[in-house]
Amino acid sequence: MTIPHLLVHEKKDNVGVVVVENLKAGTNMLCVVTHDNSSFEMPVHDDVPIGHKVALSDVKAGDTAIKYGEDIGKFVADVKKGGHVHVHNLKTKRW
Amino acid sequence: MASKYGNLTFKGYRRDNGRVGVRNHVVILPVDDISNAACEAVANNIKGTIALPHAYGRLQFGEDLELHFRTIIGTGANPNVAAVIVIGIEPGWTKRIADGIAETGKPVAAFSIEQNGDLKTIMDASRKAKEFVHYASELQREECPISELWVSTKCGESDTTTGLGSCPTVGNMYDKLLPEGIYGCFGETSEITGAEHICKDRAINPEVGERWYKMWKAYQDDVIFAHQTDDLSESQPTKGNIEGGLTTIEEKALGNLEKIGRTSRYIDILEPAEAPKSGRGLYFMDSSSAAAECVTLMAAGGYVVHTFPTGQGNVIGNPIVPVIKITANPRTVRTMGEHVDVDVSGILRRDMTIDEAGDALIDMIVRTSNGRSTAAEALGHREFVMTKLYRSA
Repeated sequence: MTIPHLLVHEKKDNVGVVVVENLKAGTNMLCVVTHDNSSFEMPVHDDVPIGHKVALSDVKAGDTAIKYGEDIGKFVADVKKGGHVHVHNLKTKRW
Repeated sequence: MASKYGNLTFKGYRRDNGRVGVRNHVVILPVDDISNAACEAVANNIKGTIALPHAYGRLQFGEDLELHFRTIIGTGANPNVAAVIVIGIEPGWTKRIADGIAETGKPVAAFSIEQNGDLKTIMDASRKAKEFVHYASELQREECPISELWVSTKCGESDTTTGLGSCPTVGNMYDKLLPEGIYGCFGETSEITGAEHICKDRAINPEVGERWYKMWKAYQDDVIFAHQTDDLSESQPTKGNIEGGLTTIEEKALGNLEKIGRTSRYIDILEPAEAPKSGRGLYFMDSSSAAAECVTLMAAGGYVVHTFPTGQGNVIGNPIVPVIKITANPRTVRTMGEHVDVDVSGILRRDMTIDEAGDALIDMIVRTSNGRSTAAEALGHREFVMTKLYRSA
């Protein structure tokens, strides 16, 4: 099987995790949902380091980020599908 | 018919109290910070001993003092320890600790420094330590069923790969071995924040879940909200977590909780360093999320093997408990492979299943219990760090 670029925990997640090093903007990523082993393809729009997240759809500031099928915080900036998601656009709701 | 996991055995050291250890240390244990020098001198004199210097033990009081005693006594009582020399500045607390350890039936000797000085104390303690080394070195490993094993877990320098690979590997191991009768332990109270609703539901029954939730809430109110000066944005998640791609405490907590697998449920809650009293099964220990503190507390609770998932590469070890490192991050395998015992990066490439990774970890737990040195042991990692609850008197 071809090695995936991005893994997604659950179908309803709106972010996935880059699992290869040196991923470059413009790469058409092979994405696998670990829950059911389904796959899809999607271009990434930024250079994203291994372990960092990518938005799976266009999101707006104020939207909730979903990973593991659960709430992991709120977006504090708009992010385009395929954009890098991290501390610059996502924040905890806890403290 | 027993399952393929129920038939597993390991070769351990059976102690007088019935518990089984996987190491055979002779420990030189300081009661307090000012006895470290004497303990280190004894350990230097007598080969085959290990001193456990630490920073505390003076002017503590109340719950903090009780935790100090529980941690020191629990460390000496751990089945990975064959015999113990206890050295303190004065005889009172020194005897209290030696008596607590002696309840296990293992050889213990106490020495105090006042009215003797360091040099006479070191000489007397060294003679006794030499006797203990001869004693311990003649003890033999014997074959024991896997159900005799106490396996704890805590992850460190986590990143998004821990939630995808190394934590589910530990969870798979627990789902397979807890039904065979092992004791398990997870904790890291602050790192459940964001997944507390899930953790509460993973209790064996609602009563235990409610007690867990009260403990977690007290931590939030009495520690986090009482002392926070900012939004904890560089403490939880840590700077290392953020470098690895974790953005929020909720995301970190959900990955952390993967360590208890799909079917395992915790049966009771432990105070820091407390030994389980409710029989075989999985326990939650109220504990710091700092790696060395947490592993020290779980070792003091009586756990003899620790499984440690890491993403970015936490290098921690423990002086008396082997710490098995598991990582799924291929960059960590490539750049710091000498710290890794179980490489599960195949999970990210989709050429290894969680089930296969769990089996690989179980194999490494058995080999480690039989005597294989972990990466942390070979590299000399002996972090022994006490948890302190508040300022001393």
